[in-house]
Amino acid sequence: MKPLIRSIAVGVALFAVGAVMLERAKAGSDEFFAPVTDPLTRQECGSCHMAFPAGLLPARSWQKMMGELDNHFGEDASVDAATAKQITTYLVAHAADSTGYGDMRRWLRGVSASAAPQRITELPKWVREHREVSPREWTRKEIATKANCVACHVDAERGYFEDD
Amino acid sequence: MQTLSRTLFLVALTAMSAVQAAPRDDILAAYTAQAKAEDATFAGFSAARGEALHRDRHSGGKADSPSCTSCHGENTRAAGRTPVGKSIEPVAVSVAPTRYTDAAKVEKWFRRNCREVLGRECSAREKGDWLAFMTTQ
Ligand code: HEC
Ligand code: HEC
Ligand code: HEC
Repeated sequence: MKPLIRSIAVGVALFAVGAVMLERAKAGSDEFFAPVTDPLTRQECGSCHMAFPAGLLPARSWQKMMGELDNHFGEDASVDAATAKQITTYLVAHAADSTGYGDMRRWLRGVSASAAPQRITELPKWVREHREVSPREWTRKEIATKANCVACHVDAERGYFEDD
Repeated sequence: MQTLSRTLFLVALTAMSAVQAAPRDDILAAYTAQAKAEDATFAGFSAARGEALHRDRHSGGKADSPSCTSCHGENTRAAGRTPVGKSIEPVAVSVAPTRYTDAAKVEKWFRRNCREVLGRECSAREKGDWLAFMTTQ
């Protein structure tokens, strides 16, 4: 009984160490985008779809989107002014091009400085990363839409978008 | 000793459920007052009308979401699904007791979802009917 418990404990410890190492390796790559930490943003921007990591779009995109929430991809996602302000502040501070926050600029390669793309799924990098996904995949019923990252990236809520 | 702790637990549970039911009652009371103001002949909410509002296919809203059930599902006690594929907690009070306890949240989603499904905002009577239905579920 005792040796069994000990080997379980060792296994768990090894797994934890492995997880930490994996996490280190992934930060700074195209596989890891820090999940939304602001509770208000998580709540307001995470009820219809996952709360997309702020590092997936540049600040100007978030600013534009936050100004047009009453017509958000055809849906009404509007919030009161104070809420909108707090969410905008958070998203802009953690955007792909915000200084001092990670190094997500590579993610914006091919996006013109004057453009404020509204879809992550139309960024040249996103399209490139997904060009090998077969067209049949996108129309599977569980997927519903390209924006349903979690359907394929099971750990997306925790920031991981590696090839699953 | 055991009976005492069980009693204490039950008292705490009752207190807790009272805490959760009270805001829902307040929300319903506010809709009642509003419904009376909107229509002098208003005679109370109806779960049956609420069920019809919930299940009927409406026109006037978005073509891909003609009914509340488009997202919330046919079974009020089961999870629903948004158009983007995210799961929605069930809407029946019996399985989701914390629902309809935050007036601002309730108002926000009625505004969004009624526009989406009906192409207009819901009246206070419709909102109360719908909540009355969910309370029976
Ligand atoms: C009422 C539901 C709803 C809420 C609330 C909502 N969204 Fe959306 N969002 C949508 C829909 C619908 C789409 C389009 C998805 C599609 O094309 O399949 C979308 C798409 C997006 C996209 C683009 C995804 C892509 O295709 O790359 C981003 C980014 C986004 N939302 C951010 C936000 C942010 C930020 C908030 C919070 C302020 C928010 N959303 C709140 C419904 C919502
Ligand atoms: C239909 C399934 C599917 C959906 C939906 C999907 N992805 Fe992916 N994604 C993949 C696959 C498969 C790969 C790996 C492609 C490869 O390795 O060739 C990938 C790769 C990626 C990568 C690159 C990871 C790396 O290893 O460098 C990122 C970032 C990414 N996806 C983000 C997203 C985001 C953000 C969303 C939602 C807006 C999304 N994906 C939706 C299937 C999907
Ligand atoms: C396009 C998808 C969609 C449709 C259609 C829809 N809903 Fe919703 N509804 C949601 C989402 C997403 C939420 C928020 C997530 C949650 O509360 O779990 C929500 C939440 C609500 C809430 C707030 C619940 C609470 O806990 O306070 C109410 C009330 C509501 N919906 C009523 C309706 C009514 C009435 C209809 C039909 C007229 C309807 N919904 C149709 C997606 C939808």
